[in-house]
Amino acid sequence: MVRGLEELGYAASLLAEGCYWLVAGPRRRQPVQLRAVFREARDIGVNAIPITAVLTFTVGMMLAIQGIETLRTFGAEAQVVLGIALSITREFACLIVAIVVAGRSGSAVAARIGTMVENQEIDALRVIGINPVRHLAAPVIIAMLVMVPALTVLGDITGLLGGGIYAAMEMDLGLGVYAERSLDVLQARDILQGLFKSVVFGLIIALVGLINGFQVRGGAEGVGRATTRSVVMAISLILVTDLIFTWFMNR
Amino acid sequence: MSAPAPVPHEAAEIVIEVSDLCVSYGRHEVLHDVHLQVRRGEIMVVMGGSGSGKSTLLRALLGLQSPSRGCIRLLGQDITRLGEHAMHELRTRMGVAFQGGALFNSMTVGDNILLPLREHTRLDENTMRIMMRMKLALVGLSGCEDLMPAQLSGGMIKRAALARAIVMDPPLLFFDEPSAGLDPVASAQLDRLILKLRRALNMTIVVVTHELESAFAIADRITVLDRGRVLFTGTPDALRRSEDRRIQDLLQRRADIAPVDPEVYLDKLTGAPPDA
Repeated sequence: MVRGLEELGYAASLLAEGCYWLVAGPRRRQPVQLRAVFREARDIGVNAIPITAVLTFTVGMMLAIQGIETLRTFGAEAQVVLGIALSITREFACLIVAIVVAGRSGSAVAARIGTMVENQEIDALRVIGINPVRHLAAPVIIAMLVMVPALTVLGDITGLLGGGIYAAMEMDLGLGVYAERSLDVLQARDILQGLFKSVVFGLIIALVGLINGFQVRGGAEGVGRATTRSVVMAISLILVTDLIFTWFMNR
Repeated sequence: MSAPAPVPHEAAEIVIEVSDLCVSYGRHEVLHDVHLQVRRGEIMVVMGGSGSGKSTLLRALLGLQSPSRGCIRLLGQDITRLGEHAMHELRTRMGVAFQGGALFNSMTVGDNILLPLREHTRLDENTMRIMMRMKLALVGLSGCEDLMPAQLSGGMIKRAALARAIVMDPPLLFFDEPSAGLDPVASAQLDRLILKLRRALNMTIVVVTHELESAFAIADRITVLDRGRVLFTGTPDALRRSEDRRIQDLLQRRADIAPVDPEVYLDKLTGAPPDA
């Protein structure tokens, strides 16, 4: 409990310091390096495109299979379009992207920073006069805040496509007609709901990876523990946060 | 090996001054009332066994560990009271070579050495590269700038770390355990390099080590720490002549085994409370 509060405080201070450097860095001639942000964005976002596309496509298709099967009992399989459209945009795209990114990149951030702590590279940064938060943490936070929502948009498209391909085949619709119906039922707030949550998830993944990395003690074993902990912690927090948001946004 | 330069004149300016320094980790006090003075151009070796507090002293000198009490003045400024901005400025005037090198593994050796220049100066890329190659040549690593740290041997890593530490020509250089993990030849080379640097760049150098041979080879003065206290400060000759039992133990590499009361020891083994 105490440790949880401590870590919450640490995460908040990391975020505040990251924002400080983003705003005040250029004035103090120590800007957050754009090159580092792009490198993180490539690792977190661009390299995750194939896996995100495959997973959301699969989930979309599974939703269609289950949806049509269930709704057929009531003779209402045409409603599957609505079901898929809402569940993908509001829920599944952002959730799957967040879980993929937490597993791929949140853990990598914890491992990389943890190894740097162990090798005294963080101390070396400090004595060279480079703030580790500006140099290492801020680029990760910015890249996560941009790339997790961007991947979520991709997930929306591929998820809808996966569901659409199956539903169109099963119900003898053209894919064009399916797309039209989907666009009819979707409202901007459905997509925005998913995107808003994805921004929060991105922040959670970044901060959890960073605090676990910076707190590493105990050599290679410590780095391994921090990596595992960051994945478990990030995914748990993402699911609980998702529940809370879904509760308040859909009632 | 060339003899160390003579001890700087007594009147030389004091550039490092530590007084009444206490450092604690939680409730456990690791350094007690440590005093230390280093003059400009001097090579001060801080010695002591494991757990003597020498690494903690170094971390405190670098501003990586805040003391619970006392004062640390570097180049005339008390770093325990310095604001972040002033500390940042001060850090451009000190170089640090860490025990394991602490080179950034994701960058080439050249980029590692360029990093302080890129952060603190507005020199053009060509000038910075020339400075980087000069420092690499000084530490005997010419042509290694495109290698990754993982491709270097232990001795080369230490020399590359030294090149990064001196790339801004700092007046103060801190070197943590230069000989640790090196074979005797590489270790002696590094000692020669430290002396060469002092001669070439007139730096004040603080070396933390537990290697006697290396300490005697380079030191103008030696400070011996024992269980968090300063046991001795003086020239290597004075250290050799010292009659203090613990210093003789250190010089003769004798293990310091405190006499044990058999009854206390028995209580310890059986887990009985001391007053039972």
